[in-house]
Amino acid sequence: MASTPTTNTQGIVFKNLSRYEKRSRVKDIVASIVVHTSGIAAIVVLFFIFVFLAKDALPTFTKVGILKFLIGTSWQPEFEKFGILPLLVGSLFVTFGALVVAVPIGIACAVYIAEVSPPSFRSLLKVIVELLAGIPSVVFGFIGLMILAPLVQKVFELPTGLTALTGAVTLAFMSMPTIISVSEDAITAVPKSYSDGSLALGATKWETIRHVVIPSAKSGIVAACLLGMGRAIGETMAVLMVTGNASILPKGLVGLPNFFLGPVRTMTATIASDMGETVQGSTHYNALFAIGLTLFAISFAVNMAADLILRRGGLGKE
Amino acid sequence: MLVSVPVSISEAQSPQPRWNAASECVCGKVEVEDLSLFYGTFQALRNVSISIPECAVLALIGPSGCGKSSFLRCINRLNDLIPGARTTGRVLLDGKNVYDPDVDAFLLRKRVGMVFQQPNPFPKSIFENVAYGPRIHGVKNKSELADIVERSLRRAALWDEVKDDVYKPALALSGGQQQRLCIARALAVEPEILLMDEPCSALDPISTGRIEELICSLKEDYTIVIVTHNMQQASRISDYTGFFLMGELIEFGESAQIFTRPKDKRTEDYVTGRFG
Ligand SMILES: Nc1ncnc2c1ncn2[C@@H]1O[C@H](COP(=O)(O)OP(=O)(O)O)[C@@H](O)[C@H]1O
Ligand SMILES: [Mg+2]
Repeated sequence: MASTPTTNTQGIVFKNLSRYEKRSRVKDIVASIVVHTSGIAAIVVLFFIFVFLAKDALPTFTKVGILKFLIGTSWQPEFEKFGILPLLVGSLFVTFGALVVAVPIGIACAVYIAEVSPPSFRSLLKVIVELLAGIPSVVFGFIGLMILAPLVQKVFELPTGLTALTGAVTLAFMSMPTIISVSEDAITAVPKSYSDGSLALGATKWETIRHVVIPSAKSGIVAACLLGMGRAIGETMAVLMVTGNASILPKGLVGLPNFFLGPVRTMTATIASDMGETVQGSTHYNALFAIGLTLFAISFAVNMAADLILRRGGLGKE
Repeated sequence: MLVSVPVSISEAQSPQPRWNAASECVCGKVEVEDLSLFYGTFQALRNVSISIPECAVLALIGPSGCGKSSFLRCINRLNDLIPGARTTGRVLLDGKNVYDPDVDAFLLRKRVGMVFQQPNPFPKSIFENVAYGPRIHGVKNKSELADIVERSLRRAALWDEVKDDVYKPALALSGGQQQRLCIARALAVEPEILLMDEPCSALDPISTGRIEELICSLKEDYTIVIVTHNMQQASRISDYTGFFLMGELIEFGESAQIFTRPKDKRTEDYVTGRFG
């Protein structure tokens, strides 16, 4: 029996493996190298994007000054004024305006698709929503320009229909498909046993949706709204086409309605419209990169928030 | 065999507004007459007639897929919500057919509580789970809700384990505690009948024992119908037993008789484990 241990140790040594087993081990190593490299490559590329953005953006903070840049009230490159506050406010108003319209309608649509619509109709609706999510933003901009802008001009009797409101509604329609399809997934993922439990207590379908299904899908719905917001805040083309592109600040709180019904300019639209006419290395050029960096920071923060909420929701579900 | 049940003062202040119509009626709490159930073209129940006596435990046994869950869901009309489900025959609750057009299914479900196979507490706090039903049915007063929650948790023999923190998430409880929470949640709307669909099949033996004790104490106040695959459990806790096979009620009688002197050969094969 003394010889048995030696044969056993031989049995698990690499060089004694069959050809097939050796190939399988080698494949395992190759696969893990490929996956690691692609992962690291993605991170490196992202890092370099950030570095190049920062390299051209940072001179702004010495030439203009970080405070003057961030809270300067006037964006007039021809007079060397590079305050992005009007652009920030423009972006925020258009984005939040879009969310105010898109979130309630989007959630209502998601509830309809997930809980109310007849099953045969449901799959058709889901396909349509996904198709809508794939429409290029220029098309939305075109529709906003041709249909929405004249409508806004007529209804509010304005000199121009190219306003923050027009931009917000156009963006609302753009972000709605994202909000609908992600929240619909979240609502569908709520276990049927939850609604059964509620119905068995004598709750109506609406009470069940309102008090059990939607709260259970909360984290997914919040993530859907943040994704929709990400789409809205980063959007350029549609906004460029329908907001009128005037960097104006609201005149105090009473000026808000007028501000909303007048032309605005967003950060993305500024980069897109100005980039062609700047000299490389000029302050204007640097300032546009600094706007890009600001957008980067904002969307990073939004994504982090989405991630945190999702993760907390996930833990709550365990 | 049964350890005395840890229900304290709850008997004295038991919330049941007893329904006395049964006294006018010689028959059971629930009378099922010639009930058939169809899912589309598939017939899941065939002409089932059964009388469920008041304040007793009725156990339903039978192989998987024979229609036990479907039968339970006919009593509280939960099958209404399945597209294509259709019933014929009558289910009389205190003499009133629950399928009559003037019956409100939501009020019916308030009177006929249900506990499911998998414990299914909502992802809310313990308190919110129990308060959910009363809230739905219009109780708004905070202290009244707190009373109902405490009473229901005591009645479900869970109070002592959770009284220190009724605001913690229900999903943090163990499986057995979750199932007792679901029972408390059902009791909170003051039902008269409790339908339990394999309530112990996802639980360990100790939790199962506690639920069995609980059922024995609950039958003083409630009419209980329990589906179980466990013959020992059925004979331990039930007064009556019904044996289902392929959508038919093969035999119904006192549990002692069903488990010792079954009349039907198929029942005998099933309860002695020679089935199939
Ligand atoms: N929603 C449904 N749609 C169609 N058929 C169903 C549905 N629910 C149950 N059934 C069928 O009805 C029969 C009885 O099911 P069920 O009542 O769940 O049996 P049990 O609880 O005794 O295991 C099974 O054949 C099952 O496939
Ligand atoms: Mg079943």
